[in-house]
Amino acid sequence: MTQDTRFHHGHATSRQPLLEMTDIEKHFGPVIALAGVSFDIHPGECHCLLGDNGAGKSTFIKTMAGVHKPTHGSIRFEGKEMKFESPRDAMEAGIATVYQDLAMIPLMSVTRNFWMGREPERGRGIFKSMDFKHANEITMEEMRKMGINLRGPDQAVGTLSGGERQTVAIARAVYFGAKVLILDEPTSALGVRQTAKVLATIDKVRSQGIGVVFITHNVRHSMAVGDRFTVLNRGKTLGTAVRDEITAGELQDLMAGGQELVELEGSLGGTV
Amino acid sequence: MTDERLKKTSALRKAMIRPELGALAGVVLVFAFFLIVAGDSGMFAADGIMNWGIVSAQFAIIAVGACLLMIAGEFDLSVGSMIGFAGIIIAILSVQLGWPMWLSIIAAFVVCMSIGALNGILVIKTGLPSFIVTLAFLYILRGMTIFLAVATTRQTIIGGVRDASEGDWIAFIFGGVILKPVFQFLADIGLIDTYVRGTKIGQPVVEGLPMLMVWAIGLIVFGHWLLSRTRFGNWIFASGGDPVAARYVGVPVNRVKITMFVFSAFCATVLATSQVMEFGSAAADRGILKEFEAIICVVIGGALLTGGYGSVVGAALGALIFGVVQQGLFFSGAESSLFRVFLGTILILAVVLNTYIRRMITGER
Ligand SMILES: Nc1ncnc2c1ncn2[C@@H]1O[C@H](COP(=O)(O)OP(=O)(O)OP(=O)(O)O)[C@@H](O)[C@H]1O
Ligand SMILES: [Mg+2]
Repeated sequence: MTQDTRFHHGHATSRQPLLEMTDIEKHFGPVIALAGVSFDIHPGECHCLLGDNGAGKSTFIKTMAGVHKPTHGSIRFEGKEMKFESPRDAMEAGIATVYQDLAMIPLMSVTRNFWMGREPERGRGIFKSMDFKHANEITMEEMRKMGINLRGPDQAVGTLSGGERQTVAIARAVYFGAKVLILDEPTSALGVRQTAKVLATIDKVRSQGIGVVFITHNVRHSMAVGDRFTVLNRGKTLGTAVRDEITAGELQDLMAGGQELVELEGSLGGTV
Repeated sequence: MTDERLKKTSALRKAMIRPELGALAGVVLVFAFFLIVAGDSGMFAADGIMNWGIVSAQFAIIAVGACLLMIAGEFDLSVGSMIGFAGIIIAILSVQLGWPMWLSIIAAFVVCMSIGALNGILVIKTGLPSFIVTLAFLYILRGMTIFLAVATTRQTIIGGVRDASEGDWIAFIFGGVILKPVFQFLADIGLIDTYVRGTKIGQPVVEGLPMLMVWAIGLIVFGHWLLSRTRFGNWIFASGGDPVAARYVGVPVNRVKITMFVFSAFCATVLATSQVMEFGSAAADRGILKEFEAIICVVIGGALLTGGYGSVVGAALGALIFGVVQQGLFFSGAESSLFRVFLGTILILAVVLNTYIRRMITGER
């Protein structure tokens, strides 16, 4: 797929990746967290990034989101070479990240959370105030689109379930024009029903032409919505696979570094 | 996809989940109590109302500053010392150095608000809890206040401010009395008692509305509007609720917090100036324990000590409860030391109630 893209460069725009990360390395002092990872994301696809604990998934998406600067490698966004100085830069370019725990403030209302940092205003000069009517309407509308019926826009986020919170954060990113949406382990703390909700949300977002980067350790969650799968292991990619060309078992093997899991599986009787 | 389990939320419960609710109940209770116990003591005549009204207004002025700061996730323990400090600065500049009163007042505001900014910057830069940083300023400012007063006048009280503020319009903004004709009219139609003896015979026992109260009402209205209706208000909640999440979506958390420290210092200086104008003197020991009283008002008003949740109206109600109880004990002839007992008790009750409310908001987690 990556090879393919290179050959068609400049011809079919739909085949040009939205975001292309090439040969990214990231060193923290002596620790080599990423040792040359390449990854790309197209509009309207869900690209899953899998890997075991400490594989470097979070570090990799943080480089994508402007939190870390890569030690080496290039980031191209819509064909242009980018150097993100801060998360704000990446956000302005259209790369939004939803972190598992940092997404929402539980004591604040859904509307206040939704608009945090980008509150709409009306009135002039010193009498400028937040336009709650508009903010509430949009919030209710966007949440309805994502399949969540709020009791009211002033409902505190703390009363929402984990999956619903994740959905508010996703709806917010989408509403504010994200082109690439990065989800860092959105399902890891959720039960079955909540996970299903979030996966359905990912599907909705993808159908709007947004490129979704879905980080998970869970092969089944990734198989449910993913179009492509990249496995990270000890800071390296073991390759990118396309849906229908790989089985859950093969992905599981790749995640654990192949050989080791085969041995494990033997001793556990195929329960992993 | 509505969850059938959520439908049981009653209107009552929804009303409960408001920060002001506890304080409102407290106000009703306190008024009922003193109407019964001290209803015929003059506490609810015009001059009685003015008596506890002024005390409540004093609490309210500093409570508004403490409230916004606490919601933004910080404390300012230097408020009380700053009240003494600001007063002494005004008195030294105007009485000792002969500066015009308006300039002395402006200078006090500039100095105190700069110290507020310094408090904020230190908290942000060192990452230390504001509790520690402002505790240091509680001592530094009190020490400086006494030192400056004694070094310039050999006393801890500096008088003569009233003469120095004669005819000064900024002094009037803090120490004046407005609406005198209205109060005279109310007296003429018999709604307010008049003096029956002495040089003021025929004049109402309450001369007019003191500017101190105008400040209190103005600050409450402004604070409430800022917090609940503006973008900046949303940033205050966000900065206290979760600074990391707020920063991530572009809220200028540091600026918000520093601004709130400056605002808290502003409120302290307003109170200090009003008191200096009212008493005609500055005293180095003024404002002792005020920082805690402000925080208690805010907590009674439903704010969480951990930040991110609270209400200016609640804090104002907390201040009203304070004023009424402190003066009410006096009117009902009770031992005034009981006020402290009351304070401690109500503080515990308020915090317990708040914890319960927070559990309800966050869905019993
Ligand atoms: N700021 C840092 N300083 C030093 N080392 C770091 C830093 N951040 C990450 N690392 C190291 O980089 C490696 C990759 O970490 P990373 O958090 O990216 O893993 P992950 O794939 O997200 O794991 P998990 O599934 O547990 O979230 C780890 O060995 C980690 O210790
Ligand atoms: Mg991680």
